[in-house]
Amino acid sequence: MTSILTYTFKNLPSTSKWALQSLRPLSCSSQLRAAPAAQNKSKKTLAKPNIRNIVVVDGVRIPFLQSGTSYKDLMPHDLARAALSGLLHRTNVPKDVVDYIIFGTVIQEVKTSNVAREAALGAGFSDRTPAHTVTMACISANQAMTTGIGLIASGQYDVVVAGGVELMSDVPIRHSRKMRKMMLELNKAKTLGQRLSLISKFRLNFLSPELPAVAEFSTSETMGHSADRLAAAFAVSRLDQDEYALRSHSLAKKAQDEGLLSDVVPFKVPGKDTVTKDNGIRPSSLEQMAKLRPAFIKPYGTVTAANSSFLTDGASAMLIMAEEKALAMGFKPKAYLRDFVYVSQDPKDQLLLGPTYATPKVLEKAGLTMNDIDAFEFHEAFSGQILANFKAMDSDWFAQNYMGRKTKVGSPPLEKFNNWGGSLSLGHPFGATGCRLVMAAANRLRKEGGQYGLVAACAAGGQGHAMIVEAYPK
Amino acid sequence: MVASRAIGSLSRATASRMLRCPGYICRNFSASSALQTRTHINYGVNGDVAVVRINSPNSKVNTLNKELQSEFVEVMNEIWASDQIRSAVLISSKPGCFIAGADLSMLASCKTPEEVTQISQEGQRMFEKLEKSTKPIVAAISGACLGGGLELAISCQYRIATKDRKTVLGTPEVLLGILPGAGGTQRLPRMVGVPAAFDMMLTGRNIRADRAKKMGLVDQLVEPLGPGLKPPEERTIEYLEEVAVTFAKGLSDKKISIKRDKGFVEKLISYAMSIPFVRQQIYKKVEEKVRKQTKGLYPAPLKIIDVVKTGIEQGNDAGYLSESKKFGELAMTKESKALMGLYHGQVLCKKNKFGAPQKEVKHLAILGAGLMGAGIAQVSVDKGLKTILKDATLAGLGRGQQQVFKGLNDKVKKKALTSFERDSIFSNLTGQLDYEGFEKADMVIEAVFEDLSLKHRVLKEVEALIPDHCVFASNTSALPISEIAAVSKRPEKVIGMHYFSPVDKMQLLEIITTEKTSKDTTASAVAVGLKQGKVIIVVKDGPGFYTTRCLAPMMSEVLRILQEGVEPKKLDSLTTNFGFPVGAATLVDEVGVDVAKHVAEDLGKAFGERFGGGSLELLKQMVSRGFLGRKSGKGFYIYQEGVKNKNVNSDMDGILASLKVPPKSDVSSDEDIQYRLLTRFVNEAVLCLQEGILATPAEGDIGAVFGLGFPPCLGGPFRFVDLHGAQKVVDRLRKYEAVYGKQFTPCQLLIDHANSPNRKFCQ
Repeated sequence: MTSILTYTFKNLPSTSKWALQSLRPLSCSSQLRAAPAAQNKSKKTLAKPNIRNIVVVDGVRIPFLQSGTSYKDLMPHDLARAALSGLLHRTNVPKDVVDYIIFGTVIQEVKTSNVAREAALGAGFSDRTPAHTVTMACISANQAMTTGIGLIASGQYDVVVAGGVELMSDVPIRHSRKMRKMMLELNKAKTLGQRLSLISKFRLNFLSPELPAVAEFSTSETMGHSADRLAAAFAVSRLDQDEYALRSHSLAKKAQDEGLLSDVVPFKVPGKDTVTKDNGIRPSSLEQMAKLRPAFIKPYGTVTAANSSFLTDGASAMLIMAEEKALAMGFKPKAYLRDFVYVSQDPKDQLLLGPTYATPKVLEKAGLTMNDIDAFEFHEAFSGQILANFKAMDSDWFAQNYMGRKTKVGSPPLEKFNNWGGSLSLGHPFGATGCRLVMAAANRLRKEGGQYGLVAACAAGGQGHAMIVEAYPK
Repeated sequence: MVASRAIGSLSRATASRMLRCPGYICRNFSASSALQTRTHINYGVNGDVAVVRINSPNSKVNTLNKELQSEFVEVMNEIWASDQIRSAVLISSKPGCFIAGADLSMLASCKTPEEVTQISQEGQRMFEKLEKSTKPIVAAISGACLGGGLELAISCQYRIATKDRKTVLGTPEVLLGILPGAGGTQRLPRMVGVPAAFDMMLTGRNIRADRAKKMGLVDQLVEPLGPGLKPPEERTIEYLEEVAVTFAKGLSDKKISIKRDKGFVEKLISYAMSIPFVRQQIYKKVEEKVRKQTKGLYPAPLKIIDVVKTGIEQGNDAGYLSESKKFGELAMTKESKALMGLYHGQVLCKKNKFGAPQKEVKHLAILGAGLMGAGIAQVSVDKGLKTILKDATLAGLGRGQQQVFKGLNDKVKKKALTSFERDSIFSNLTGQLDYEGFEKADMVIEAVFEDLSLKHRVLKEVEALIPDHCVFASNTSALPISEIAAVSKRPEKVIGMHYFSPVDKMQLLEIITTEKTSKDTTASAVAVGLKQGKVIIVVKDGPGFYTTRCLAPMMSEVLRILQEGVEPKKLDSLTTNFGFPVGAATLVDEVGVDVAKHVAEDLGKAFGERFGGGSLELLKQMVSRGFLGRKSGKGFYIYQEGVKNKNVNSDMDGILASLKVPPKSDVSSDEDIQYRLLTRFVNEAVLCLQEGILATPAEGDIGAVFGLGFPPCLGGPFRFVDLHGAQKVVDRLRKYEAVYGKQFTPCQLLIDHANSPNRKFCQ
C-alpha cells in the first residue's frame, strides 16, 4: 500500500488540492469494486432467528476540535448536551420515547461523573429517562452502544440513545495524596489544637499536583511510547507512518470538502461563533512531516505529533432502536448493528493490537470473510499502530504464535479502508470515537454502496473491539 | 565467566604484520573476508557501517577467550583498513548476553603473576586501539555486559543498551578476588566519575540499563520490543542493531556528538574531584570503609583503590602499568583461587543433574506460614508458581501473607518490581486454613514446627488428599527424612528440602534424599529449587544432613569457648575477623537458642562424643530463662526494635559463671580459638564426604559458604584444605586432640590427603 501512496504523493506537488485530485480515482475505483462484491456475499443478511434486529436510526456528532480551541471553556456535559440536542433535532424522535441513555467517557470530570445523566437533563430529555455512563478507554462509546444493544436485544427496552464525550481541554488535576489526606483530616479535626497539629505536618511538597496520567496504569508506559515500540516490532518505517497519516488527512479533507461528513451537526458555542466543522484536518507534506522530531522515544523513535492522533474535544450520540419499533414509528433506519466482540491482550507489548485480535473473531462470529466487507472503519490511534495491525493481520506467523489461529485473516484492502479520514485527521475524543466509527461505516455503505461494514478499535488496557454494521436496505 | 580480560597473543602478530605492509595485506584480508567464516565473530557491512556480530558456538554466553579475541583483532584490523567502512557496531547475536566476561580458564592456566600481567597488557593494548579508533565504534549491548565485556564496551566511542531486565553492566572481578585488568580501572573513573566507579568496582554490583544511562555508562537506551513478525528477542536485537547503525552513521557524519551533557550534580562532583584535597579524602574514606568491611581478608578491593589512585594521580601510563601488575599479583592469591572455586561451584549447583522431572511442578502447597513457610512461598510466587499457603490459625496465616507481601513490596521500593507486577505476583498466592485444592498440588512442602509427631501427622493428612504424582518435601534442619518418611505410603515421593533463613536472601537449598527417594522426585525438587533461584546441593539423609551436621560441632566448640570465659563480643569479633559474616555468638542468637539446643541434643545422641565440647546445660538454662535469641528479644545479646548497636545480655553472666571451665592455655590464643572452630567444621565436612553424605567436595564448599557463612575467602572447607594444606589442618587437629580428645580426631579421608600431598579435593 505504501508504494502506491509514495508514488502518488511523491510525484505530485504536495499542496492539499493536488493530493486530493490524485486520490479521487482511488476512491472511485473502490465504489466500482464495492458494487459487484455486494452480490457475492457469504451471507445475504446477518439477521438471526429469534433475536431482535437492532438498528441505528441516525447518529450525529458535534465537530471534533483540537483541545484548547473553541470548546476549551466548556464542561464535558456541555458537549454531550450539544450532541444530544443535535440528535433530537436530526431525528425528531419524541423525547419521551427514549427509554434509556448511555454515554461513554474516559477522563471524568468529577463534578459530573455520571455525565450521561447531566447531559440528558440539560438537553431537555425527560427527567424520567434513566442514564448511565460507561468507561472503557478509547472504546467507551462502543461500550455504550453495545450496552444499548444488549438492553434492546434482551427485550428490556426498545429505544436507547448511546453516545460518548471527551473534553481534553480540561482535565482533573488533583492535589497530592498527602495534601488530600491532610485536608480530609482537617475537616474532621474538632479543636484548634488538633487543627494546628495537623497543619504543622504540612510540607511544601504536598502542593505538587497530581496530573492525570496518559500512561497505562499497569505498565506505566505512555501509549505513544508503546505505539513506537509496536511500530518497531513490526518494522514499520517512519516514512510509511507519515504517508499513512498524510493519507488520512487528505481523505478527511476531501470528505469534508465534499460534504460527506454528514454526521457533523453545528454547535453554537456560548459566547463564541458556531462551530461547523472539524478543525484538526491538516494535510501537510511528507517533507514537512519528516522534519518533526519523535515525540516519545527520543531521539530515534518514529512516532511523531504528525503521525499520531491529537488531543481532541468532542461528543457524539446515536439513536438505537429495535427494528420493529423504528418501523412502527416511521423511521427509515441507516444500518443494522450486528455481531460484535471485545478482546483483550497483553497491555505492554500488544497494547494497540486490538483490531488484529477482534477482526477475525467478529468475522467468524458473523460467518463472513474479509471479502464480504465493503467498508472498514478502524480507529487510528497512531499511523504506526494501524500499519502494525495491518502487518499482524497479514502474518501467518503472528496468527499461529500469538492468536492461536491456523492462518492469518489478511489485511484490509486500503481502498475500502477509512476512506473519509480517521482519528488521525478527524480527531479522537476518547469517549466519543466509537459512535463516529459506526456512523462513518453506515454512511459510507449508503453512499458508496455495499452491505457490510467492519468497525474496529484498540483501547488502553490492551483491549479491543470490533462490530459488524450492515447497511439497511434502501 | 566474569573476570576481565582481553586480547590474545595473535593480536600482536596481526598488528605487526599490518604495520609492515598495510596496503597489500589489508586488501587481501578484506577480499577474503566475505568468504571467510570465523567461529566466534563475523561481520557484515551495511552501507558504510560494519556490523560485527559476536556469537560463540555451542554456548549460551559469549566469553572473551583467546580464539574470540584473535578473531576480534582480525576483524577490527580489516575494518580499520577498509576504505569503504567509516564506522562500526559491535553486537552479540545471543539474546540475553553481550559478553559475560573473560574466560576464567585463561587465568587458571597461568603459573606466574607475570603471565597474567602479560594477558592484561595485551588486553589493555587492544582496548586502547579501540578507544583511539578514528572510525567511531558503537557497542550495542543486550544482555549481560560484565567484566571484560564491559571493559570492551567502555573502550568504544558510544554505547547503546536495551532497557531490559537481562541487560546488566558491571565489573564483578572483585567478587573473584581480582580487578578489571583490561583498562577498566582507568576508563571507568573517567567515564562515570571516581565515586561511582569505586562503587561499581568494589561491590561488583550489576547495574541495570536505565541506571547505567543515568550514570553515563551508556549513551542511549533501546526499549525491548514485543512480538511482531518474529519472536520478540530476535526482533529486539535486530532493532538494537538498526538503531546502533543509525547512531554509528550519525557519529561518522559528525551529526551526533559523543559528548554527554552532564547534570548539575555530576558537574559538581567532577569539579570537586578536580581538587586534590577532596580526592585524597575520598581515597581515604573509601579505603577505611573497605578495610572495615573486609577486615583485611580480601586483597582485591584495596588494590583496586590503589590502581585507580595511581591512574588519576600519576597519569594513564602509570595507571595501566599498575593495573596489569596488580592484576597479575591478585590472580595468584589464595583468596582469588578460593573465590573462583566458589564461582565454579555455584555454576555447577545451578544445574539439574537429575534431568527434567516427568511432571513439571505448577501447583505448590506449603504447610505452615511461619518464617520459613512464608519465605518459601515468597520465592515461589515470585517465579510464577501457583502457591497455596496453609496454616492452622488465621493469625499465623495473616502474618505469613504479610511477610510475602512485604518481601515483594520492598522490591517495589527498590524499583526492582512495579506495583502492578507485585500485585500480579501476589495473586499467585492463596492463603487458607484447610486442605482445599491440595488434590491439584504437584508438590507439598511442609514447614511446620520441628516435631516428628507433628510432621508425621501432617504427612498422613496430606497423603490422603494429594494426587499420586505429588512430591512431599519436608523443610527441616535436622530431623532425618527417613524417619519422617517412615509413616508414608509412598516413601519414594518423600524428600527433604532444607531452606535457610531468611529464605528470600539466603541462596542455598539443601536437598536431602533417602535410600527410597526416587530419582524423579529428586529431579522435581531440584527443578523447583532452581526455579526459586536457589543454589542447590543434594546430599544423603543422615542426622543433620550436611549443613547442620557441620555446624553442630562448631557450635559445641562455641559453647566451650564461652564457658572458658571468652566474652560473646570478643568471640564475635574473633570469628568475623576470620571471615565469618556473622559472629559465632550472634549466630546462636539468630538461629534461636531453643533450635540450637534441640539440634545439639539430637545430633549429640546420634554422634556421641565427637559432638561434645561445650555443655548443653548452657543452652538449657538459657531456654529455661527465656533467652531464645533474637526472636525473644534476649539471648547472648539484647535485641530492641530500632536499636542498632546491640548490648550484651548481662543476665547471661550468672549462667556463664556457673558453668565456667578453666581455659587450657596451650590452645586459647586468639588464633587457636579461631582454628578450633574452623578445624572442627572442616573435619566434619570431610567426614561427610568420606561417609558419602556429600556427593562432591564442590557441593560441600557451596553448602558451607552459602548456607552457613563459612568464610568465602577460604573458599569452603574443601578448598581450604587444598589451599592451606591437609597436613597443616591435621597438625592443628592433632594439637587440639591432645588437649580435648576425640572431638578433634582427624577423619581418615583428611589423613589420607595429608599423607599424599598431591591429592586435592578440588581440581
